[in-house]
Amino acid sequence: MADQNNAQDRLLTIRNLWIEGQSEDKWSPIIKGVDLDLNRGEVLGLIGESGAGKSTLGLAAMGFTRDGCRISDGTVEFDGIDLRNAQAGERRALLGKRIAYVAQSAAASFNPAHKLIDQYSEAPVVHGVMSKQQAETDATSLYEQMQLPDPGQIGFRYPHQVSGGQLQRAMTAMAMACRPDLIIFDEPTTALDVTTQIEVLAAIRNIVKEFNTAAIYITHDLAVVAQMADRIKVLLKGEEVEEADTRTMLSSPQEDYTKSLWAVRSYARAEQEETDKGTPVVSVRNVTAGYGDAIVLDDVSFDFYQGRTVAVVGESGSGKSTAARVITGLLPPKKGEVLFDGKVMPADYRSRDRDQLRQVQMIYQMADTALNPKLRLRELIGRPAQMYLGLKGKALEERVRSLLDLIELEPDQYIDRLPSELSGGQKQRIGIARALAAEPKFIICDEVTSALDQLVAEGILRLLDNLQSEFNLGYMFITHDLATVRAIADDVVVMQQGRVVEQGRKAAMFQPPHHPYTELLLSSVPEMDPDWLSELLKSRAAAG
Amino acid sequence: MSTLISILWFAVAVVGAMALGWLFRALVVAVLPQRRAHEMRKAPLTASFGILVILVYVLVAVFAPVIAPFGESEVVGGEFLPWDSTYLLGTDNLGRDMLTRMIYGARNTVGIAFIITALAFFVGTVLGLLAAVVGGWLDQGLSRSVDVLMAIPSLIFSLLLLTIFGTSVLSLVLVIATVDATRVFRLARSVAQGIVVMDYIEAARLRGEGKWRLITREILPNAMAPLVAEFGLRFCFVFLAISGLSFLGLGIQPPTADWGGMVRDNATLITFGDLTPFLPAGAIALLTVAVNFVVDWQLHKSSGLKE
Amino acid sequence: MAHVWRMIAQRLALGFLTLFVVSLLIFGATELLPGDFAEAILGQSATPETIAAIRRDLGLDQPFHTRYVSWLGGVLQGDFGNSLANGQPVIELITKRLGNTLFLALYAAAMAVPLSLALGILAALFRNSIFDRMSNALALTSISFPEFFVAYILILWFAQSGMFPSIVRLSEGISFGETLYRCFLPALTLTLVVTAHMMRMTRAAIINLLASPYIEMARLKGMSPIRVILRHALPNALAPIINVVALNLAYLITGVVVVEVVFVYPGLGQLMVDSVSRRDIPVVQAVALIFASAYVLLNLTADVLSTLSNPRLMHRR
Repeated sequence: MADQNNAQDRLLTIRNLWIEGQSEDKWSPIIKGVDLDLNRGEVLGLIGESGAGKSTLGLAAMGFTRDGCRISDGTVEFDGIDLRNAQAGERRALLGKRIAYVAQSAAASFNPAHKLIDQYSEAPVVHGVMSKQQAETDATSLYEQMQLPDPGQIGFRYPHQVSGGQLQRAMTAMAMACRPDLIIFDEPTTALDVTTQIEVLAAIRNIVKEFNTAAIYITHDLAVVAQMADRIKVLLKGEEVEEADTRTMLSSPQEDYTKSLWAVRSYARAEQEETDKGTPVVSVRNVTAGYGDAIVLDDVSFDFYQGRTVAVVGESGSGKSTAARVITGLLPPKKGEVLFDGKVMPADYRSRDRDQLRQVQMIYQMADTALNPKLRLRELIGRPAQMYLGLKGKALEERVRSLLDLIELEPDQYIDRLPSELSGGQKQRIGIARALAAEPKFIICDEVTSALDQLVAEGILRLLDNLQSEFNLGYMFITHDLATVRAIADDVVVMQQGRVVEQGRKAAMFQPPHHPYTELLLSSVPEMDPDWLSELLKSRAAAG
Repeated sequence: MSTLISILWFAVAVVGAMALGWLFRALVVAVLPQRRAHEMRKAPLTASFGILVILVYVLVAVFAPVIAPFGESEVVGGEFLPWDSTYLLGTDNLGRDMLTRMIYGARNTVGIAFIITALAFFVGTVLGLLAAVVGGWLDQGLSRSVDVLMAIPSLIFSLLLLTIFGTSVLSLVLVIATVDATRVFRLARSVAQGIVVMDYIEAARLRGEGKWRLITREILPNAMAPLVAEFGLRFCFVFLAISGLSFLGLGIQPPTADWGGMVRDNATLITFGDLTPFLPAGAIALLTVAVNFVVDWQLHKSSGLKE
Repeated sequence: MAHVWRMIAQRLALGFLTLFVVSLLIFGATELLPGDFAEAILGQSATPETIAAIRRDLGLDQPFHTRYVSWLGGVLQGDFGNSLANGQPVIELITKRLGNTLFLALYAAAMAVPLSLALGILAALFRNSIFDRMSNALALTSISFPEFFVAYILILWFAQSGMFPSIVRLSEGISFGETLYRCFLPALTLTLVVTAHMMRMTRAAIINLLASPYIEMARLKGMSPIRVILRHALPNALAPIINVVALNLAYLITGVVVVEVVFVYPGLGQLMVDSVSRRDIPVVQAVALIFASAYVLLNLTADVLSTLSNPRLMHRR
């Protein structure tokens, strides 16, 4: 373990670190006495769910706390320098030069007012490492190493002129500008599509190896951390759960929490038998749709059946959410039609009658913005029942209570709460209850689990699964996450750039032969095997 | 030297105001029930001082005839009499009691400003919310008209309209309310537009909710915080605007008592070093400061809660 | 760059369209006059004959659009008609005063803009410090003061002791320095009134950005607080700051009216106030049109400048 290593190799030592955050005039702990050791050239993976304190700990390794946070106890020592008690100027001299940072969203973390190369050369020039000219030459070679297209010219663009995956690589290059001893990677690929993620992961891994840079790699994705880290530390609510080298951690986790994290991926519901499906509850026929002149959906057709789940999979820009907008009537298509129970529905939701509106319900990705923050659950859930089913007074109250029971929230405790008094997972459950209150036949689930932690997401998937069998619901399940598809789908539709690439039963989709795009999508999903990335790159290189 | 003394007086005033604010807050916390008191306890001293001042003004305005020692436009003695025991603040340029005029001024100036603000607010908010919810030609029509109206500076526009309609209280109210309603419309529309794009509004629309319910249950409750703050700010603007107009002799007309007009009528005293004309001007400033303090607190609170 | 020019051309066209509508509004407003323009001129002494005569003289028997076109045609050639009060051509009344008012507004702007930008940036840099709190409270207080209150306080402080004149007398042939000296108090009043507002909004515009990830990135690159504000926050706050400045310069135009009255300054504002109480409509129209044009042009300039400060618009994909 780390302690057995030669002290000279030690780069970063954190002992008994406590960090507090301020909320409503009170200070409450975010990090509760964490120790951390990092040697030169070593990559440590920090994983945990949201609220675990990963980012806070990562920033603390730079001697930095966000506004409203403070280090209350413990030491942070970087290469013999006490970062916690260092003068502001002394600490600034290290930041950007010997310790660098790569942020989650490169698009937001590059200053929109300056060219990439000017932002690249800022740290080297200000820290006196090299001249502006040297920095620019150096940037070109690093850009090339990061496999950015047109490395000589790309730096002279503004951030908004460069794509997300490229920006993330440019940001890694920027972090490397002074050849730091330590880089903090804070979820650098979370905002990217899976196929783009691969390229960025590979580029980061190469450059870190090349310069023998130590790194702290923060992520919530176990499979990603398995590719990047030598050691993994698991955090939960500001405390360390356990730490081990990557292979040990993956093969034999010690703690229950870690085991539960590992187990999530194995959830999959029983394969449904192919029965006589009858008339589709909703079918989309040859729909072409878009905004203005831009075509987002191009001649798309698929069917949904009661009691079955169709997962619509694709990366951003594939048109999967637009398809949902066409079905709900928010975006009338340019061509084609939407059928409900075999009958054509009016294209615009304003022309649909109350029953047609009732039958198609929607659950949103962001429960935060999908629930009116000023209404209590009683009204949020009760309103559809009151509107569509004409329930009033006692009957309405009973209905709301039974719906709360269905989504496993204690009615007495929750019925008069506001959305702000709920957790993320509970909010999403309210979204489900609101959809159920209308007693629909068909529900569109738009990325309903992607904003949630894995354990919470799994609970939501189970709930949706149970409700489907109980009420014989048809689901359209929009997602970009193939693990979710594997868990819940009966049928799969793969979309790319507004077209259906492939569709069929789940079992068939996950078996070769695949359409080339499906193949790319499937192979890009990181696996827990630490050798997965290397082997994937090798096989792709071999294929040409 | 005189500057030093002024600064000293200023410091005394600030400390005194904060002490008053502290006392008032302690009193309110003691009187109010637990839940409400909790909010008040966290109020900054500036805000509690602001609330206190607003309360005093409202009381003076409501009970003006009871408190005032003389009639509103009653000539009680010589012109520009100094402060004494009968005429606590002396008399004005026509020999009317200054204190009485001050007290009635609270009723007139504050009352009219409040009516104008309420009117402007009602019209501006209703139209702004409608424009955001209905959209299309209604939004375009209203927004473009407001753009044009706002292309003329408000004081100049008011002056132009007052030239035409004359300077009666009614035309004053209507003119300023119209000018201000355009500003309220802008804000209400932009606040509502921020809300209209939220998923819960989309959900409500897909549910088949009517416009009335959309506005009253889904949008308005979420727009209240900025709108209430805007009401305070608007009141300040209107109050300063009519005081300015009255000062120019184009607002509330004599013999009605009005602070802006009182400054104008008695301004000559300043050249003799008499501070009496500063009283009405100070009364205007104090109320605006007070309202601003409260609005600042509310804005801070509502932005803090979002995090 | 073509799209930027196209955009600017669009803005300009829109600005001139607005000006046109504003002129229509200012001219048309007199149509709402209770009774009639001619009656307004004659007031108590009106008899049916004299009213008819004046109507003919002024062309009031013509339809609205004919009168508007001839009025606008006159305005474009510098002919605003004659004052109802003294029969003088309006243009003669306003030329000299327009110069004076512009001078006062520029004088105040020259003091207020650098001062408030500097204070705003400093307040953002030392946010939540004593300096920030003090300047914030002071700004809030001075925003709350009516202009005439500020003006009289200044008179009490500076004019009582004879340091500066409380009544501005501008005569021919005085030196520029002397003019600056005589106009100091009105200019200072205006400065105080707009500085508070501009400073608060500059501070807010910068602080708004300080929560952005790219500001955190700059700090994590070891940049000093001053560099973070000046190089990373300020370029992105330019658009809002330009708008703030324009808004306040436009506000100077309005503020000028009251301040001119207090200091008996021979400017357009004085003239307008006098004309409003005399209901001298041609003069009010002319002055309103000038103020409105200045306002529209200022906003237009701000609009174009903030467009030019946005890299997303300047450098497209």
